This record gives sequence, structure tokens and C-alpha cells, in this order.
Amino acid sequence: MVPTNYYVILSAILFGLGVFAFIFKRNIITIFMSIELMLNAVNLAFVAFSQPLGKVDGQVFVLFVIVVAAAEAAVGLGIIILIARNRQTLNVERVDLLKL
Amino acid sequence: MPKYPMLEFLWIVPLLPLLGSAVNGLFGAKWPNKIVNWVAIGSTGLSFLGALEAVREFFESGQVLFHEEFFTWIAAGNFRAGFDLQMDQLTVVMVLVVTGVGWLIHIYATGYMAHEGGYYRFFSYLNLFMFFMLILVLAANYVLLFVGWEGVGLSSYLLIGFYFLKKSASDAGKKAFIVNRIGDFGFMLGMFLLFKAFGTLDFAQLFAKADRWPADAMGHLGTFTIACLLLFMGACGKSAQLPLYVWLPDAMEGPTPVSALIHAATMVTAGVYVVARSHILFAHAPTAMLVVAIVGGTTAFFAATIGLVQTDIKKVLAYSTVSQLGYMFLACGVGAFSAGIFHLMTHAFFKALLFLAAGSVIHAMGGEQDMLRMGGLSKKIRWTYVTMLTATLAIAGFPPFAGFFSKDSILLSTFENEYGGRNVGYALYGFGLATALLTAFYMFRLIFLTFHGRPRFDEHKVHVHESPNNMLAPLMVLALLSIVGGWLAAPAMLGTGPDYFSKFLQPVFGGVEAAGAEAEARSLEVTLAIVAVLTALLGAAVAYWLYLKRPEKTDALAKSLKPAYSTLLNKYYVDELYAAVVVKPLLWISTNVLWKGADIAGIDGAVNGIAEGATAIGDGVRHAQSGNTRSYAVWVVVGALVVIGVIFFWPFGGKAVIGMVH
Amino acid sequence: MGREMTAPLVVFFVLAALAVIGAVSLILQKHPIHSALSLIVVMVALAGLYLLLGAEFVAAVQIIVYGGAIMVLFVFVIMLLNAGVEEHTNLSKMAGAPGLLLVVALAGFVAATIAKSAESVHAAPQTGELASTLEISNMIFKDFVYPFELTSFLILVAVLGATVLAQREKS
Repeated sequence: MVPTNYYVILSAILFGLGVFAFIFKRNIITIFMSIELMLNAVNLAFVAFSQPLGKVDGQVFVLFVIVVAAAEAAVGLGIIILIARNRQTLNVERVDLLKL
Repeated sequence: MPKYPMLEFLWIVPLLPLLGSAVNGLFGAKWPNKIVNWVAIGSTGLSFLGALEAVREFFESGQVLFHEEFFTWIAAGNFRAGFDLQMDQLTVVMVLVVTGVGWLIHIYATGYMAHEGGYYRFFSYLNLFMFFMLILVLAANYVLLFVGWEGVGLSSYLLIGFYFLKKSASDAGKKAFIVNRIGDFGFMLGMFLLFKAFGTLDFAQLFAKADRWPADAMGHLGTFTIACLLLFMGACGKSAQLPLYVWLPDAMEGPTPVSALIHAATMVTAGVYVVARSHILFAHAPTAMLVVAIVGGTTAFFAATIGLVQTDIKKVLAYSTVSQLGYMFLACGVGAFSAGIFHLMTHAFFKALLFLAAGSVIHAMGGEQDMLRMGGLSKKIRWTYVTMLTATLAIAGFPPFAGFFSKDSILLSTFENEYGGRNVGYALYGFGLATALLTAFYMFRLIFLTFHGRPRFDEHKVHVHESPNNMLAPLMVLALLSIVGGWLAAPAMLGTGPDYFSKFLQPVFGGVEAAGAEAEARSLEVTLAIVAVLTALLGAAVAYWLYLKRPEKTDALAKSLKPAYSTLLNKYYVDELYAAVVVKPLLWISTNVLWKGADIAGIDGAVNGIAEGATAIGDGVRHAQSGNTRSYAVWVVVGALVVIGVIFFWPFGGKAVIGMVH
Repeated sequence: MGREMTAPLVVFFVLAALAVIGAVSLILQKHPIHSALSLIVVMVALAGLYLLLGAEFVAAVQIIVYGGAIMVLFVFVIMLLNAGVEEHTNLSKMAGAPGLLLVVALAGFVAATIAKSAESVHAAPQTGELASTLEISNMIFKDFVYPFELTSFLILVAVLGATVLAQREKS
């Protein structure tokens, strides 16, 4: 069998890549997708832990995570549409109205 | 009805002038002079009557020391200071002098100040002074005495600077207060030391305790000596002795009644009173006694020399006051406390008279104070002349006037002094005698320059007129007192009976005084008396010759002794010395160190620095708010790292995480 | 790796490689639509991994909801907004070297934390049994019924919010 460690390391790699994209990409939608990537990585870890313990709690939690991710994606994309309409750009560095 | 109503309510005596002061101060601005007069003279007069009644009751009770605690002012731990008043023989003398002479001067002032502005203010301050002075003499502990002490200093400042729009007057007021303060510093330290040593500042308890202690040896700086020297420092400030006398001549800027009351009869005698009151302490400190005597003797001589050449009539009297105060301290310093108090009383009479009469002269001359511009006034202002002559005879020490008895008793005690050895006594006697010579000289010089000779002023410009009755009447009364005031001691001199005055004060000064007259002391006394009178006559004669017979000689003398003359005229340059040595450095320190250094750089710098620091921090932190979302994203990651770090490394958090999985 | 290459292991590595390649591709692509497609690849790979772990229900939900709904939504929005190749600005001072450092640190941290606790996990005998959907539904409707109802409420709110946000402006 595949040791749990492997899954965990994979989860960490995916999470790290997600954070990397979160910081270094400039398109708002891409940044949003990186958030989804991070969530997926975490889901993987949850499921990976549920297997050796024999309980299904991890999987139930994953279901909830997916639901919340969906809701969040809906609202977030709505906001992104608004930003795109108002600022005519999808470059996150142009949305700097909070500058002091 | 209590047995001794006035003594039970002794606090009324000081309170009445306070009431008068308050009423005049608050409401007097709108009142005509008449009503202000009634309030001022009435309150002082009633106070005098109250004092008389209290004294009468005191005698009736068999001269038992009366001590009453009216209310507790400070009660802290073991220390208690109350508004305690007492009445004993010494207080009798002081309170009668203060209220009596004070009342007479109030009456005089109604005439003198009649045309001045701020009339109500003057009497308000004058009454305030009376209140504090009475507190001072009636106090039964050092703390309350100090309240009166400070209060009279305050009133003196207010009254000296009465014509505050004149710079010299307000400067003089400040000078008086500040120099006094220096003395007060010593007084307070003395009080603290006494409290530390004896645990109480109440006179009766303190002196009872102190009496049981051994006396300090001569030259040894024990507790007694240091405390007494400190108290004496305060007395030097208040009573204008070396080196803190410089304020008194300047204080002549105040109106003449002020000079008479405060700087002749009462306030300046407060120092003598304190030394006399603390005689038990001084008796245990022979070094301090010696210091007092020497300072008194030298001040007497020193001030007399300056008075020789002054031309302002009030300045002559001011230096004369310093000189006579020196006599009183000399007396106390050689142990003759009752002689000192006796001289205090007679001095109050004739010095107040001298000042009031001088005021009358000034009033007659329309404000002129320079003697060189007077002359030939004896026929024009008869009564003033007669009373002033009386006072001069008294101060010079001619019998049977008051000054003769008191001064003589001092000189005798000085001659017989044992403190520090007989030689010290003889030296001090020499100073005293020389001072008597000079006193007679300059007083008669004053008389001759002012009243005799040809008028040295333009008779058409100055209309010389006698003073009104309300100014003359006090002069008369004081002249009478100057004549008869010394007769209490006369029987001792004549050999027919005891010296009633010192007999009266015996219960107070009992253990300390030199014993009464014996046979050989009697002949010594008579010899010394004759010597003193002859000296006074010599002084008067020289003045007569110089100023009446050969007036042109004075200028020649002045020219030939130019250096000495100008030194004396410039008061030995003491004021200039103080200005250079004390005032200038102090001002420099105040400006540069305290103002520029501590205040502007330090305190303002700290406060402003905090403000500037806050601004600087804000300026720095501002850059975090860049508005750039990517930077914010990085900060999110930083936060996540911190949280994970806490969970991982924090002792409890980390174990909990790992433990959970177990 | 002193382990024999059993079949599950091989499958794992294949799927893992797929996921990683997809993630890297998400970063490297310039056009957002390509990034979206890469993300779909990642999700499918993860679904496969779930199957490998015996979580069939979760795998199915992953594909249906994540892959079929959320990612479709993403693709719709990208096309609606006509997103193009992103311009290359670099205004952020923090997101440069510091950012890189932090990412590495974070990833390392996460891995270390979980790995440390993973070591002490005793693997239950892997029977290859698939977790039954019955068990999951029991959990949801008995133990976690409260959160379940709340999430349905959450979805309602999200729907309303999205509708309001994306309204055309009233002219």
C-alpha cells in the first residue's frame, strides 16, 4: 500500500505551488484558481488521513469543504466581474485604491 | 461665664485685625476714606483693648502661664501642631507693644495717607500685618510662630511695594522678601532639627525636655549649637543683621507709617523675640550665644558707620534701626535677655516716634526727603520738632529718657560677659560704646541738618505746614512713652529698689540671667552709666560743632577723607558685592541651565520628541499600506507562517497537535 | 525506496505526477483559460487519488461538483470577461524575493508539521475495502446534521449574493 506520508508530501507540494501562484500571478482569476488549488491540496490530506484511521470523518469534512468552496467561488467570481467592470482591468496590481 | 473670658477667647485678639483686613480688602474700594478709617482703626483698637483685658486677667490669675490649644492644625503620626496660643510675661510685653504702637500708627496713617491712592488697600495690608504679627507673638509652638513669621514677611513685601508702579519700590519689595527667605531657610532647618532631636515643637514641652540635656561645650557643634545657629540665621534675615540686612534700607521705599510699624517697632523685632523665646536652647549652646553677640555687636557698629553720612532722612533712621537691633542681639548674646527685650520695648517707642516725626517733616516739606535740602524748620513745625528731639535724646541715651536705661543695662551686661572669656566681653563693650558715640553723632546731625540753620530750600516753592492733629496725637503719646518708658528700671539704677522690668520677666528668663545687683556691681553700673552719658554728650557736641557752628567744615572733612567717605556713602559696596557674587551667577544658572537646558531642551524636547517619534513611526509604517494586493497576499502568507510556527514550536500548542493524532 | 513497486504505488506516482504537472502548468501558463484547464487536470488527478484511497463518494463528488460546476463557472467567467494574456507589471515590492522565501518556508513548514504527525499514524490494515456511502450518509445526517443544514443555508446566501453582485447596473 501507499504510505500515508506520500500523500501528505504530495499535498504539501500542491499547497506550496498554490501559494506560489497566489503570490506571483497577476490575473485575479488565476489567483482565485490558486486558492482552489490550495483547497484541493488540503482535501487530499484529509482523505489521506481518513484511510488509515478507518473513520470517515475526514471524508465528511472534505464534502463540507467542497460545498464551501463552491459558495465562495460563486460570490468571488461575482466580485471579480464587478471589479472588471469598474476598473476595466483584470490586473490585480491596478486595483490599488487603498493606497495611502 | 468662664473665669477668664478674654484668655479663653484669646484668639479674638489676632482675629479682629484679620477681619478688618478682609472687610477693607473686599469692600473698601467703594467706600470713602472715613469708613475705611473706622474699620481699620476700630479693629486694631478693639484688638488693643482685648490685649489689655487679657493682660489684666493674666495678672489677676497670679501671672500663671496660660496655654490653650484652640484647634489641631497638623496631626501626623507623633507630630502634632495646633493653633495654640499662650500668655506669659514675655508675651505680655510683646503683645502690648504690638497692639499699642500699632494702633497709634494706624491713627497716624489716616492722616499721612489721606491723599494717596489705594487707601483701602493700604489699611487692608496693614491690618493683615497686625494679624500675622499677633499670631507670631501669641504662638505657643514654633510651627504657628513660623506661620506668623512668614505672614509678616508677606505683609512687608506687600507694603514695601505699595507704590508698585514705581520700579524701585517693587524691586525693594522683592529684595526684602527674597533676603527674608534666605533667613527663613535657616529657620526651617533649625525647626526640623529641633523636631528630630526632641520630637515636639511646642514651647513648653520642648524647653522642658531641652533643659534636661547637657549643654554643648564651647566650640563644639552639637545639636543645640547647630539648631540655635540656624534659628539665628532666620533671625538675621528677619531682623536685618549682618549679612542679611541689605533689604532694610531699601525698604524705605514704602510709605513712612509702614517703615515705622514694620521696620522699626514690630516685624524686625521678631528675630529678637525668637532668640529670647528660645533662650533655654541658646543657654545650652555657648558657641551660638557668642556668635549672636558678635554678630549683634559688629552689626551695630557697622550700620552706625554707614548712617553717619547718609543724606536721606529715612535712610539714616533705617541704618539706625539696624544698629539698635544689633544692640538687642548683643544683649541676648551675652545672656541678658530681659535687657534685650527692654531695649526692644523702648526702641519701639522712640524709633516709631522718629519715623512718624520724619514722616511729618516729609509731609510738611511736600515730599522732600533729602536732609541737605531742609533746614530751619524748628520754628515752623514746632510740635514735630519737639517730639523728634525727645526721641533723639532717648535714642542717644540721655537720662532720664527711656533709651538711657535700656542701653545702659545692655552695656553693663556686655562688660560683665563671661561667654567666650572676659576679653570678648570687653571688646564687645568697646564696640557698643563706640556705637553709642556714633549714634549720638548721627542722630544729632539729623536734628541739626533738618531743623536748625538757614533754610536750604526755596521758601516760595515749598509751603511748610504743621501736620494735622491725627498725625500729631500719636507723636505726643509716643513722646511721652519715650520719656517714661524706661522708668520701670529706674529704681535699680538709683539704688532704691529692684529693676521692675527684669523682675517681671524673671519667671520667663529665670534660670539664665545673670544674678541681681550686688554692691560692687552697683558701683560698676554707675561708672559705666556715666561713661555712656559722657560719650553721648561727646557725640552730640561734635555734631553741634560740625553742623551748626562750622558747617563749611563738613565739606572740607568729606574731601580730605574722600576714600573713607565714599565707601561709607556707598554702604561699603555690599549691594554691589551681593549682586556680583550671588545674583548674577544665580540668574545665569536660571537662564542657561534651568530654562534653556532643562525646560526647553529637556522637558519640551521630551514631549515634542514623543510627538515627533509618533509621527516618524507613522511615517515609516505608512509604507505597509501600499494598496497593492500582491503585497497583501505576502503578508497573509507571513501570518500563516506565524500561526504554524506557534503551533509547531510553542510548548503547549505543539504537543497538543501531536498529541491529538496519538 | 526499498519498497516493491506494487500496482497501487505505480498508479499513485502516475496520478501524483499528473497533479503536479497540472499545478505547475497553472503557474506557467499566460492565458487564464489555459490555467483553468490545467486546474481541471489537477482535479481529475486528485479524484483518481481519492479512488485509490477508497473514497469513492468523495471522488465522485469531486468530479461532479468541482470539475463539473466550479471549474465550469470559472471558464464561463473567463470567457465572459474576455480575459486576455495578463500584462506584466511588477509594482509590488513584497512579492519578489521575500515572497519566494516565504513560500518555500511555508511549504516546508506545512510538510514538516504534517509529516511529523503522520509518522505516528498507524496504518490500519489496508483491506482495500471501499468506504461505504452508507457510512458517510449516516455521519452526515446523524452526527453532522447541524453543519449540513448550515451549509445549505450558506449556499442559499451565496446564490443570492452572486445574483446581486453581478446585476447589470441600473441605468
